[in-house]
Amino acid sequence: MATAQTRTLSRLMMAPAVIVLLIWMIVPLVMTLWFSFQNYNLLNPMMTGFAGWANYVYVIGDPSFTQALVNTLLLVGGVLLITVIGGTFLALLLDQPIWGQGILRIIVISPFFVMPPVAALVWKNGFMHPGYGMLSHLWRALGLQPIDWFNQFPLQSIIVIVAWQWLPFATLILLTALQSLSEEQREAAEMDGAKAVNRFRYIILPHMARAITIVILIQTIFLLGIFAEIRVTTGGGPGYASTNLTFLVFRTGILSNDIGAGSAGGVVAVILANIVAIFLMRAVGKNLDE
Amino acid sequence: MARNASTGTRIGFTLLAWVIALLLFSPILWTLLTAFKTEAEAIAARPTFFPQTFTLENFAAVQQRSDYIKHATNSVIVSLGSTLLGLLIGIPAAWAMAFAPTRRTKDVLMWMLSTKMMPAVGVLIPIYLIFRDLRLLDTVHGLTIIMTLINLPIIIWMLYTYFKEIPVDILEASRMDGAELWNEIVHVLVPMAVPGIASTLLLNVILAWNEAFWSITLTSGRAGTLTAFISSFSSPQGLFLAKLSAASLLAIAPILLLGWFSQKQLVRGLTFGAVK
Repeated sequence: MATAQTRTLSRLMMAPAVIVLLIWMIVPLVMTLWFSFQNYNLLNPMMTGFAGWANYVYVIGDPSFTQALVNTLLLVGGVLLITVIGGTFLALLLDQPIWGQGILRIIVISPFFVMPPVAALVWKNGFMHPGYGMLSHLWRALGLQPIDWFNQFPLQSIIVIVAWQWLPFATLILLTALQSLSEEQREAAEMDGAKAVNRFRYIILPHMARAITIVILIQTIFLLGIFAEIRVTTGGGPGYASTNLTFLVFRTGILSNDIGAGSAGGVVAVILANIVAIFLMRAVGKNLDE
Repeated sequence: MARNASTGTRIGFTLLAWVIALLLFSPILWTLLTAFKTEAEAIAARPTFFPQTFTLENFAAVQQRSDYIKHATNSVIVSLGSTLLGLLIGIPAAWAMAFAPTRRTKDVLMWMLSTKMMPAVGVLIPIYLIFRDLRLLDTVHGLTIIMTLINLPIIIWMLYTYFKEIPVDILEASRMDGAELWNEIVHVLVPMAVPGIASTLLLNVILAWNEAFWSITLTSGRAGTLTAFISSFSSPQGLFLAKLSAASLLAIAPILLLGWFSQKQLVRGLTFGAVK
């Protein structure tokens, strides 16, 4: 079917996309790798030349790196836990025969469309502000001392905000998967007199397994790169309490002008993301074979 | 599950679902209400639900102080421009892969997706330096280029999953009639692919509109999009709740409306067709 002519043509049609993405992928990555082995500080032009592993030793050896790495994992893990469990629960609930299902779907998905800095600022000022935030009003009404969330629980507060943004995504994907479960399968299970718990465990959960995997993997990719939420709320502080790997690289490379060390951090972030990416590609790749 | 549930169960589930949904929605609702309050009322010790004195002064103040219109225009140019540019590059590529697949097509697709997996921060520093040297920092076209690149894999993937569903027979038939390939694309493929292209466009406008990493790091006053605009309110002098709410509302309202229309395509697009 594919004649030589069509083959040449299809290559020509793919060329712009392939070339553009190839450049986008290779040039900056090679530069990051190159800088990471150089002495390169914008504030100190005298310091030049090959640095060997010095940047890596400096970045990885600094306590801020360990903390940023732990924070990254806590942030990703915490948000995943909330969104996957909450999303499964919400999807099951919205799949019940309830009134106003269509409107509920729209209401529930809304937070996903709120741009990250707005989400963060609305939570920071409207809800978590110790003076006039909604939560402080609530705490006072209950006779409690309002909490200064971003000073006392900086990372947890950011986890809450990010989970609020991603819970709708998990819910929507899981609900879509749930609704593709065939009516016959459900009815057959009901006829057999299967209890709700068993139905969930043996029919619904296996059916949703793939969707859950995909939710976890896609969210992980995005959650590793959380930036704006940290930038507008805590600025990574107090100290490094809410600095993740992305923010640490930004802080080192752009704010402190240490190109070499920032690049070394960037390389570490790329390696981390690649480990996750390999799993995601496998999951999506399987789908392609069908 | 139980389609013949009793009315009692149904009322119970309905109530529970509405309570949870409204709780999730409350930050947005609160922003909407606060935007129309006076500053004094917004931070009053006794909070009010509905604005006691309904005012539009916050919107005027936001426009005057930070020029919302300019930032919104930048957002429109960047998100629409990068999406159209992405479609221009992506449509031929997706067409070729969907209708003239080779042994390597799958690998190419996976490779394209893998570029999306690259964390932005891994290339932030070189991009920042290149932009500085080429004087692209804080320019609308500079940001548009980056936005096109980061969304191109999603654009190609979405288009590919839509194109693959177009029956090949129709294309074969038109080829028999001696229609040239270009005519085939314009007159046969495009009309059938329009819904898919429209969904791709919609989703990518939303993604580009809400993109915050590159717009915050690469732009500021001149070419700042709405994500950069709203981030400027995190500084202490910006901490006026009513004005902040007005600014937030202005930044999210257009995309919230678009998002409501595109929620079904969103699932498919963001899971690269793995969940439909």
